[in-house]
Amino acid sequence: MKPAPFAYLRARSVAEALEMLGASAHRDADAHTKVLAGGQSLLTLMNLRLARPDQLVDIGGLMELSRTFEDTDSVVLGALVRHRTLETDPKLGKRLPLVAAAAGQIGHVAIRNRGTLGGSLSHADPAAELPLAMLVHEAVIHVESATSGRRTIRAEDFVESIFTTTMQADELLTWVTVPSARPGQGWGFVEFAPRIGDYAQAGAACLVTVAPDGSVAAIRAGLLAAADRPLVVSEPGDEVSGIPTHETWERLAAHWTRNLEPLTDDPDHTRHLCRAALSQALADAYRRARTDQEEAA
Amino acid sequence: MTVEDAFSPLAQRVPLATTVNGRPVTLAVPARLTLADLLRDELHLTGTHLGCEHGVCGACTVLVDGRSVRSCLLFAVQVEGRSVVTVEGLQDHPTTGRIKCAMARHHGLQCGFCTPGMLVTATELIDRHPPEKPLDEACVRETMSGNICRCTGYQGIVRAVLEAAADPATGTTHEG
Repeated sequence: MKPAPFAYLRARSVAEALEMLGASAHRDADAHTKVLAGGQSLLTLMNLRLARPDQLVDIGGLMELSRTFEDTDSVVLGALVRHRTLETDPKLGKRLPLVAAAAGQIGHVAIRNRGTLGGSLSHADPAAELPLAMLVHEAVIHVESATSGRRTIRAEDFVESIFTTTMQADELLTWVTVPSARPGQGWGFVEFAPRIGDYAQAGAACLVTVAPDGSVAAIRAGLLAAADRPLVVSEPGDEVSGIPTHETWERLAAHWTRNLEPLTDDPDHTRHLCRAALSQALADAYRRARTDQEEAA
Repeated sequence: MTVEDAFSPLAQRVPLATTVNGRPVTLAVPARLTLADLLRDELHLTGTHLGCEHGVCGACTVLVDGRSVRSCLLFAVQVEGRSVVTVEGLQDHPTTGRIKCAMARHHGLQCGFCTPGMLVTATELIDRHPPEKPLDEACVRETMSGNICRCTGYQGIVRAVLEAAADPATGTTHEG
């Protein structure tokens, strides 16, 4: 349970980190360089020697990337914002309650104290909570490279497959812009795991926008652990007419999970869990939106 | 040493300046050395136990800048400039003292292997919990779920943490 040897580089600024990543990508295309942020997935894999990077670029000391900025309609989160901050910071929780709930489901407190938003997104585990939350929120991910400069990637386009993103080897995830919760919007996040802190077997996240009369104006919902990446499953054409009931959510969840092909030993069981999580998340989101409206009235 | 050896990752020793239990520590460590191995093998602070070495069991939990972390999931070089507190460093901490007494009263340990990690996790839980909201059993169970005990079955541990959280006045003088 000891990691294989590697070369260690400590970045003192974002620019220096980009130089290091650029230099290693340029020097030897076969050499495997990984970015070390919180290390809560990377060290597990390295201790088990499932990952044996040749070189680590440690960005853990870049305090500038631990900052958050509150804009009018969105919140900008640094790549090094920790799960525990997302979970417990009252100001962030007010703007991004779905993200706070998702972050609170990750591992255990000691893991959340170290794990970072950028690390979770870059790792791209299909069962991870934050990639799903970013997808449902329609977040925009900012990446930088020493040679090709800055670009943004929509959360929908960010994950290519299991543990694989559309970032290039010399690119670093720096910031994430997350549209904040709007009035009339309720959130739902439900996950099933064999025990607290364990990897999710299935999970659903959603944002449900409710009109003042109680009818549903919009739904955006997604699933984790249901495919090789987090999935958006809501279909804009499937409107909900009138006031939704328990059956409405059951029907929608069944409809939106009908074609899932989970990569698990028992796809029927996973599909069942996805449907149950989704139905519960939709009902929770609607109830929260209505409660907020009643409190505001 | 040849030039190649000098640049080999195995030979790379990284200078490290950190604080452990209030004392400054300066040394050069292999990049791949985990914080847990630094504490145990280099600094001989063997109160930090290693169970699974991949982040599951929680026995190696220590505080870094006042927050609980798995010392097996941190390289020693990552605590450059930080403050590390191990279970030895909590010897005179009043919260930890209360938990230890409560553990003794409620039979919260048997073989004791998981106990250092339990103490660190419970100390952070109690110290950082908002005082206006009493800790309930569900919250204690959820937080302590990151620490695995294979002896006692958790009942005594949970009772001890709840008691230590509820009654600061009991203090370390209450010897059961």
